[in-house]
This record gives sequence, structure tokens and C-alpha cells, in this order.
Amino acid sequence: MTFLLAFLVGGALCLIAQVIMDLTRLTPAHILVGGVVAGVILGGLGIYEPFAKFAGAGATIPLPGFGYSMVAGILKEIPKDGWVSVFSGAFKATGAGIKAALIFGVLAAFFVRARA
Amino acid sequence: MPSYSMHSGECALMDKKEYQKRARQVEPPRPIARNAFWAFLVGGTICLVGQIVQAVLLSTGFTEETVKAPTAIIMVFLGALFTAVGLYDRLTPLGGMGASLPITGFANAVVAPAIEFKNEGAVMGTGARIFQIAGPVIAYGLFAAFVIGILRYALRGVWS
Repeated sequence: MTFLLAFLVGGALCLIAQVIMDLTRLTPAHILVGGVVAGVILGGLGIYEPFAKFAGAGATIPLPGFGYSMVAGILKEIPKDGWVSVFSGAFKATGAGIKAALIFGVLAAFFVRARA
Repeated sequence: MPSYSMHSGECALMDKKEYQKRARQVEPPRPIARNAFWAFLVGGTICLVGQIVQAVLLSTGFTEETVKAPTAIIMVFLGALFTAVGLYDRLTPLGGMGASLPITGFANAVVAPAIEFKNEGAVMGTGARIFQIAGPVIAYGLFAAFVIGILRYALRGVWS
């Protein structure tokens, strides 16, 4: 059931993003920025957390889940770190994914030949 | 004679909105339903893979609390790997947002320009272009999270 939900919800989020892109003719980069900001706002409103509990990877793997993680990281640290967490919390929660992408990017650039 | 000279101002002053309107008339219509179908299928499949990765990690001792980071790392690795062998760039034209919106697409957006611009140098090529798409996503994501974070901090007694 978890797996079916991940497929359906994750697919639905991508479908919504695709339809918005086709209707507005915005660039993919604009849609991705919009997606992550939407996740941040829904996370801040407390909507994304129950949604992520419901849909699992279907909610956390698409980019809005990335935005949600940024906010969740801040909210989690506020009781301990106070206002400093507003600056530090988002990276703590998403740093692993960002760093992984950068490391693999640098490695790939080193080993893989650029296509003409 | 139609007055399309620069002096008439009609073309020179054509603003962005007008340009987009005219470009839209010339551009062929997009197959919205077909694009949506493939975005759903490709995006759903990637999320299903993410759920499987997460289930495997949970069975090896990670908890609901700690499983998010390693799941992200493995999905990013898969996205990077498929990009490095040239498969991800063949998936994107079909899957559209189904390929770009999941975190594997984020990895692709980092790794693809890192490879593509390596000939411009390790610093100004790979180093600078690696953030071409990821940069705006991270910058505006963090900015929005900052604004929301400030609000939630101000409301910490009332709403937590």
C-alpha cells in the first residue's frame, strides 16, 4: 500500500507540475523553483508533514519535499537553537542531498567525457 | 507600407508579454494530456524506487527519523549515475517534470552541467555551472524557508 501511494502521489505531483509548465510556458527552472517554494510554504503551514506521513516517498522525493525538509529542519531546531536555527536549520536537514549532488557532480566531471 | 520600422516603435517597444503572446501563436500546441501521462508514469516510478530504497534502509536499522538523509543520498547517487552514463538526458524529453521534479532530477541538474562545461575549466566551467539550476532552487528555497522560519519563530509560543 505504501508503495502504491508513493507511486500515485509522486506521479500526481509530477503531473501537476507538467500541466502547469505546459499551460504557463514557464521554463523548467521556474517550475522547479516554484515547486520548492510551494513545499516550503506548505511545510510552514503544517500541511506538508501529514501529507508526507500519508504518501511517504511520493511526497518527499519530489522537489516540494525538499522545500518541506528545509522548513522542517528549522522548526525542529527552534526549541534548542532559537533564532539561529532560522539560518542553520534548513541546511542541516537538506545538506546531505545537496552535498551528495555536488560531490557526484565534481566526480562525474572528472571521469566522464563531455558530450559534443 | 506597413510601419514596422524602428522609428514607429511598434517592434522596438513590443514588451515581453506581447512577445510571449505572439510566440505562443507561432509555437505548435503542446500535447498536454500526453505530457501529463508520461510525467505521471516516470515521476511515479522514481518515487516508487525511492520508497523501495527507504524500505530497504529501514530494514537495515535506520529509523523513520534517520532514514531521510540516506534515502536522499542514494536517490541522488542514482540520478547522478544515470546522468553520467547519458541515460537521464534521454529520459527527460519523455518524462518532462516526471524526470525533473524528483530529487534524481535535482541530481541531474547538478551533474549534467558539471560534465557539459568541464571544457571551460574546473573552476569557471564545472565549478560555476554546477549550480546553474540547483542555485536558483536552493537560493529561493532557503529564502522562502527563512521568511517562514522567522514567522514561525515569532509565533513559537502560539504555534509549534
